[in-house]
Amino acid sequence: MTESNNNWEYAPSLEGTSHIQLKEKYDLFIDGKWVKPSNNRYFDTINPSNEEKLAEIAWASDADVDLAVKAARKAYVEVWSKMKASERAKYIFRIARLMQEHARELAVIETLDGGKPIRESRDIDVPLACNHFFYYAGWADKLQDAFPNRMIQSLGVAGQIIPWNFPLLMAAWKIAPALAAGNTVVLKPAETTSLTALKLAEIIEQSGLPAGVVNIITGHGDTGAAIVNHPDIDKIAFTGSTAVGKLIQKSVIVTAKRVSLELGGKSANIILEDAPIDQAVEGIVNGIFFNQGHVCCAGSRLYVQESIAEEVVRKLKQRMQSLYVGNPLDKNTDVGAINSKEQLSTIEKYINIGINEGADMFQVECEIPSKGFYCRPTIFTNVAQSSVISQEEIFGPVLTIQTFRTIDEVIQKANNSPYGLAAGVWTDKGSRIFNLTSKLRAGVIWANTYNKFDPASPFGGYKESGFGREGGLHGLEAYLK
Amino acid sequence: MNILKTYKIYINGQFPRTESGRTYVVNDAEGNPIANVCQSSKKDIRNAVQAARKAFGSWSERSAFNRGQILYRIAEMLEGRKAQFLEELTQQGQSLETAKDEIQLCIDRIVYYAGWCDKYQQILSSVNPVNSSHFNFSMAEPTGVVGILAEQSTGLIGFVSQLMPVIAGGNSVVLIASEQLPLCAITFAEVLETSDLPAGVVNILTGSADEMLPTLAEHMDVNALFLSNVDAEMEKNTQLSAIDNLKRVIVKNDDWTKEDAQGISYISSFQEIKTTWHPIEQIGGATSSY
Repeated sequence: MTESNNNWEYAPSLEGTSHIQLKEKYDLFIDGKWVKPSNNRYFDTINPSNEEKLAEIAWASDADVDLAVKAARKAYVEVWSKMKASERAKYIFRIARLMQEHARELAVIETLDGGKPIRESRDIDVPLACNHFFYYAGWADKLQDAFPNRMIQSLGVAGQIIPWNFPLLMAAWKIAPALAAGNTVVLKPAETTSLTALKLAEIIEQSGLPAGVVNIITGHGDTGAAIVNHPDIDKIAFTGSTAVGKLIQKSVIVTAKRVSLELGGKSANIILEDAPIDQAVEGIVNGIFFNQGHVCCAGSRLYVQESIAEEVVRKLKQRMQSLYVGNPLDKNTDVGAINSKEQLSTIEKYINIGINEGADMFQVECEIPSKGFYCRPTIFTNVAQSSVISQEEIFGPVLTIQTFRTIDEVIQKANNSPYGLAAGVWTDKGSRIFNLTSKLRAGVIWANTYNKFDPASPFGGYKESGFGREGGLHGLEAYLK
Repeated sequence: MNILKTYKIYINGQFPRTESGRTYVVNDAEGNPIANVCQSSKKDIRNAVQAARKAFGSWSERSAFNRGQILYRIAEMLEGRKAQFLEELTQQGQSLETAKDEIQLCIDRIVYYAGWCDKYQQILSSVNPVNSSHFNFSMAEPTGVVGILAEQSTGLIGFVSQLMPVIAGGNSVVLIASEQLPLCAITFAEVLETSDLPAGVVNILTGSADEMLPTLAEHMDVNALFLSNVDAEMEKNTQLSAIDNLKRVIVKNDDWTKEDAQGISYISSFQEIKTTWHPIEQIGGATSSY
């Protein structure tokens, strides 16, 4: 087989944007109404694929956060906690349906605002987000069945802070179980990706959900801090970096707030010598280049058994050459734009560290657009276990590759990390899969697959990757007494 | 003349003295000395954590049935040494009646958790009906090395109620005994040592909680902490020290002498949920109804 058939060019196939409706300016969604921020501050949200401004977003102050929490408390006490559970379920079902009806618009906005390939927003993010509401809707009137022999009770007002890598999906992961369990919500999306959460607010408005049950407020880190520190919030749910997670944990220690944290990772993807190699190569690519590597459970540490390392690396490089890096709205695109300038410089910093540490770098040779934030898919070989690039979360399309000889060795190396979010195992032998999957200290293990998600499937980490689960029956636990 | 027994600590299945060489005297209710007890140090904590980490892998991989057998064996051994525990509890100020009750409750509680070993998994696990061709299931796995600060107000039932659900779930333990009522903890270590419990699964230290707890709470190889009825200040400081590696900190303010101060939630507090995805092959046209 020839090394590359790069000369083949696909004709551009751009997803249309004519059907989407964006306002020039977005206010805060509080108590069922659109409210201007108290100090009249707004910030721009841009399209990371071309740096063009998309809209202005309200920057909520402490006073706005207080207003949202008050609305959520009032809605909790007066409406939501009193409502018959089956009625609560119907509202959540209705939100799911409305999201499905808006699926195409949501997918395009997700791609415009966040930079991820339209193929992913359309086929993964948006359907999973809809399904998450659909899944949890049905739990609302079955909670006692989920926890027999226990008097279950909702918590009250949940403050929820979500990251920029799966904006709408993370909003769904947070809001759907909270509502099903009978709580009301104040949710803050990340500052670079507020738009789909605000679209969700419009959908919620349309759904007729009682005012104040879901409040969506936008802003930067100070807005998030105001949520974390608000005295009338009963529960903080956070997805983001381990560093911020630790800060949150610190601020809530002396309070009665409950916390669930879904934090960083440096997940091991392990290829054993009997693995189906071509499938494994696809799994490696999906593990690290899915969503530009902006995935907390990305398979960013690759461990390949020594006997097949050369072949795997050769095939991986060859496969990487066929990745399309570019306009996220193009349906051919595999790797879109890096979410922000800031994140791009973080990734570039790590790439330089890798080079300086003496690892061997390989990058896809491809054109990247002159405007916007892009990073070529990158792998490092000859990486030491102790090196910075194999220890720290990069959150970009950068893979480290190490080899191993025995299964004991790879288990030890894979577990030698403060994180414990996910891991992948590739082998043809069933008993070997279960040997590895039971010894890897991580909350999600993919055997002969990677980066699969489902509303019914509990997700969350061991060790410094956080605590609490999202998804499935176990995901209800975080929102119930 | 009575011989004053020196109570040593329990690390990695052995009974060393504290490496610090310090002891303190435990008195009976009238103030007469009854024993010398080790005043353990930070170094002892570190040694104990190391032993617990080493023991964790094989203990967590024991079959649930086997762990149940060993826990039941602990109850049997305690039954056989009732007299010694009775003497220690009464020496430390308890009436014969309450001491007897406490020991009986301990035995019952150990048997109760012995029975849980091969049952909690079925209650905490799930098979998840995902919308793709995968077999997907979630199950409980032990959190790892658990630091326990024993209930300080009781000599036996408190720490036994804390310890049993944690080891029933496959964790290994470093336990700081009650400072004022430490005798039964060390005698209990002798029970453990003769119960087929592998070395290092439970390590027991005596001494000052104020001195040792911060070291345990800061230790980067401890995964969870279990406190019982501590004051707000100690709880806060422990929580703060635990942040660095995001230890799970469980605080229970139970009256452990109550019969209902037990249950699966004490086990599940020290479990992590692991979800595993496995593809299901879809080839050929055959359906299950052919």
